[in-house]
Amino acid sequence: MALDSKVPKGPIQDKWTDYKNHINLVNPANKRHIDIIVVGTGLAGGSAAATLAELGYNVKAFAYQDSPRRAHSIAAQGGINAAKNYQGDGDSTYRLFYDTVKGGDYRSREANVYRLAEVSTNIIDQCVAQGVPFARDYGGLLDNRSFGGVLVSRTFYAKGQTGQQLLLGAYSAMNRQIARGKIEMFNRHEMLDVVKVDGKARGIIARNLITGEIERHSAHAVVVATGGYGNVYFLSTNAMGSNVTAAWKIHKKGAYFANPCYTQIHPTCIPRSGDYQSKLTLMSESLRNDGRIWVPAKLEDAKAIREGKKKPTDLSEDERDYYLERRYPAFGNLVPRDVASRAAKERCDAGFGVNATGEAVYLDFADAIQRYGIEQAKIHNISNPSKEKIYDLGKAIVEAKYGNLFQMYEKIVDQNPYKTPMMIYPAVHYTMGGVWVDYNLMTTVPGLYCIGEANFSDHGANRLGASALMQGLADGYFVLPYTIGDYLADDIRTGKISTDTKEFEEAEKEVKDKIDFFISNKGSKSVDYFHKKLGKVMWDKCGMSRNEKGLKEAIKEIKEIREEFWKDVKVTGHANEMNPELEKAGRVADFLELGELFAKDALVREESAGGHFREEYQTEEGEAKRMKEFQFVSAWEYVGEPSEAKLHKEELVYENIEVKERSYK
Amino acid sequence: MGGFFKSSVGRKVAMALSAFFLMFFLLQHFAINILSVLNPDLFNEVSHFMGTNPLIQFALQPVLIFGVVFHFIMGFVLEIKNKKARNVAYVKNNGAANSTWMSRNMIYSGVAILAFIVLHFIDFWFPEINTKFIKGDWSGTIEGVEGFRYYEELTHKFVSPIRVGAYVLAFVFLALHLLHGFTSAFQSMGATAGRKKTLQNIGKAYSILIPLGFIFIALYHHFNH
Amino acid sequence: MNLTLKIWRQKDSSAKGQMVDYKVTDISEHMSFLEMMDVLNEQLVGSGDDPVAFDHDCREGICGMCSMYINGEAHGPDRGVTTCQLHMRMFKDGDTITIEPFRAAAFPVIKDLVVDRTSFERIQQAGGYISVNTSGNTQDANAIPISKHDADEAMDAATCIGCGACVATCKNSSAMLFVGAKVSQYALLPQGQVEAADRVQNMVAQMDLEGFGNCTNTGACEIECPKGISLDNIARLNRELMKAAVK
Repeated sequence: MALDSKVPKGPIQDKWTDYKNHINLVNPANKRHIDIIVVGTGLAGGSAAATLAELGYNVKAFAYQDSPRRAHSIAAQGGINAAKNYQGDGDSTYRLFYDTVKGGDYRSREANVYRLAEVSTNIIDQCVAQGVPFARDYGGLLDNRSFGGVLVSRTFYAKGQTGQQLLLGAYSAMNRQIARGKIEMFNRHEMLDVVKVDGKARGIIARNLITGEIERHSAHAVVVATGGYGNVYFLSTNAMGSNVTAAWKIHKKGAYFANPCYTQIHPTCIPRSGDYQSKLTLMSESLRNDGRIWVPAKLEDAKAIREGKKKPTDLSEDERDYYLERRYPAFGNLVPRDVASRAAKERCDAGFGVNATGEAVYLDFADAIQRYGIEQAKIHNISNPSKEKIYDLGKAIVEAKYGNLFQMYEKIVDQNPYKTPMMIYPAVHYTMGGVWVDYNLMTTVPGLYCIGEANFSDHGANRLGASALMQGLADGYFVLPYTIGDYLADDIRTGKISTDTKEFEEAEKEVKDKIDFFISNKGSKSVDYFHKKLGKVMWDKCGMSRNEKGLKEAIKEIKEIREEFWKDVKVTGHANEMNPELEKAGRVADFLELGELFAKDALVREESAGGHFREEYQTEEGEAKRMKEFQFVSAWEYVGEPSEAKLHKEELVYENIEVKERSYK
Repeated sequence: MGGFFKSSVGRKVAMALSAFFLMFFLLQHFAINILSVLNPDLFNEVSHFMGTNPLIQFALQPVLIFGVVFHFIMGFVLEIKNKKARNVAYVKNNGAANSTWMSRNMIYSGVAILAFIVLHFIDFWFPEINTKFIKGDWSGTIEGVEGFRYYEELTHKFVSPIRVGAYVLAFVFLALHLLHGFTSAFQSMGATAGRKKTLQNIGKAYSILIPLGFIFIALYHHFNH
Repeated sequence: MNLTLKIWRQKDSSAKGQMVDYKVTDISEHMSFLEMMDVLNEQLVGSGDDPVAFDHDCREGICGMCSMYINGEAHGPDRGVTTCQLHMRMFKDGDTITIEPFRAAAFPVIKDLVVDRTSFERIQQAGGYISVNTSGNTQDANAIPISKHDADEAMDAATCIGCGACVATCKNSSAMLFVGAKVSQYALLPQGQVEAADRVQNMVAQMDLEGFGNCTNTGACEIECPKGISLDNIARLNRELMKAAVK
């Protein structure tokens, strides 16, 4: 099947408006007869469910947690971008579009990104109307901050908990619709397969995680909004339950999977402390606005620090290497995430790491405290302030800005970041790749949609800070509710979809058989054993930098782990009860297949772009080297073994932006 | 409005309103009782006024009785509902880690105060009702005592060390009850009592000084006879 | 360090539960509490036993899923943290740690340490929102200036993660801090004024219906709340309900 992105014709700034003017609509009386399933209720799924219900459709929403409010969107700290230009610093829809395409290393679909930038302003209006308590200045207007990789202040934020507040906003909109009976909420339910009837997505098979019951649910369209697959690495900043299962199941039923190798490794996470580690914790990127990143300039100092013989505060300015400021004078500590992460890895690989594992760099606030302290002393007319006074004044400002993050760091690491520099190291954070969708956000399966992090379209090979929240809400509030109408307009006479059909029966049987296998398998190793093993291969060979040899090994090793898994996995408990081990087993089984496709995708992509860095393709200064011939989306069709997936290419055309080498110097 | 007082919040407001009334009554009661130490004659005068004034006897007294009874009954009703809200108890619960003993045991200090009120009614109130409403004697005098009888009756009650001991103990419980109850009532009425230092200090002063004053009166009369 | 764990085990909501003793060894002080539980569960899976079910997800203190009552306190002995942020350095070698589910009639146990908090969902559905259409165009975000003080206070109330520690801690299993926080967030913002009276009345009515107890102002919830939601929000809830009643 040839890929059709269905991007409308016309000038980029008119595409979305013209398109909306011409698509089919469903009349309100008919919407009542149409059911839509939304799987996943984070920012994208939650906002979509709320809006679809409000438009009049009957929505069934599914979440594996006990409430939509638990979705991992809640953990996003920093902010949400919108081209409001409230600061008057020259921002515009075009500039947000430009920054996003450039930040994504020219691997995203132009029309989608422009639309994203266009609706970004609506999101802020909408959220404020919903009661989202964004930060404000003393005049009562909304405040903005700047985020990595851009030159304007367009990020709206709510302390360090922007994702939480936006999710709670979408959650409240959902609650309103649940109360009206327009959304039927299925908490603690996990989608285990999609059901296709006559080639169209017509329902799902879900497991009730409390009783273990396997349920059939039908609808006229299915929306998958189940987030990213970062947990394929075992350790990531994702939630423990974040998984690829829904996305992978639809892939196996015909939805193409695009660019799986584009993974974002976030530069500011708390370093790993031991093998028992179950997850990594992100520190907001906003810290890079004030913190300076460095490692010791001399190897012997780094060694002394690792052995505890020296402290970071013992090192004088010229004994420190502020490597980002050195390498990228224009953007300094504010380079995009992929650049910052690779630079940290480069220093640590060269032996300059500063914690026991050798995998950490410093993020230092001493300068910021000093700078703010002097500024405050001037504001308060304190002449000749003492060093202590300056420190106290400066500390108060840093505390007001990042207090909750500093507290979180101290709780985890047991060190006071006001006194000694923080230690940070990159960690897997976001996956730009995902299910391939067209301009309507529909997958290659008719009636099956994919939104939010789970799809691939807007961030290209690297996502800019504060853009994930924007995309999730844009898809859910403002894009999908329109585009889905175009498809559903043909379904107004279809009537209720029956679940008593052979398609549902077959899908249910497949799901049940797999569960029965897990429960009855007499294996000897826990699910986590395999997940950790997979994670290590992924991190070592498909991590921040990749090469042909490593990727080939990864494909082979993942296959071996998968074979061992199916022979030797041990799942305790029963099928018909709450069984977290069983849940994990199903998810890890899918990660073991995705991991292989991931490695294959990385192997085929013989270039470096954004989060995908191939050691063979770099400039003399060690920067990512893009290749013109790889200016396409890799959309993989499932044909059996993941490594044998069939590649379809969607060529990327840039008509409104000049493709340049990305430079942050 | 009816719905309001059926809600959990409304019931707490009702508790607080009756508490305010009772705290005001307590203050007034104390002000009169302390006169028995400072000026027995004035004490007799005021007592007679309070005991015979129709407005106080026929309007305020029933309100007071209602206030007392309401506060107790509502207290028990809420306690039963609260107990039901946790049907399985914790095996280990460290309440002291996050709250005061007083706040967690209002029902017990309350029951102690109730027991005291029963004693107090037997001592003073029932005889008063008997004298005034059954015997119809509104003179305020008895044989063998010059002037009004109130001071004499008061001092007579504080001869027994057991009764004085019971009074002292009851007032300790009253202090404990008030130490939480005073600010809690304000909080129930919507004041941010937890943040207001002045209010907290007034509450502490009231909760300790008033019961202490009553204890002083009891001991004073005990040791001066 | 080596520890003895006393953990509530209960097969399902209808089963009778009991405390069971376990031993774990070689626990690092840098582990989080849940990583210690992972070690126990790995041990149990190894020996073919049923691992302890507990709720958890983000493991960074924001999703509100984790919910253990540790040594008699919601989220354990540390302050300002959820169970997942509690670290083993709070304990000593040889300690016995008692682990129970959050207890309230309105939070029935599903399995072991997992409880059903959908009563919170129903309270939110009763009025925890502003009735604005998400699909339409609304006015510009800066059309209504909001004082920084009010916006900040609304934000402080809005940081509630809905974990239920307030209920678990309260001797009356009262949900007033949770409801107060939501009511406060909207009461402090002009957008929330329009339906303020209905909101507070409906949410309180649902709270009562769910079987939560009354607030007796012990202040325990505020101290155990991982997000430090202030008791002032309960006072504001009281005021809002009184205001609504006289309206």
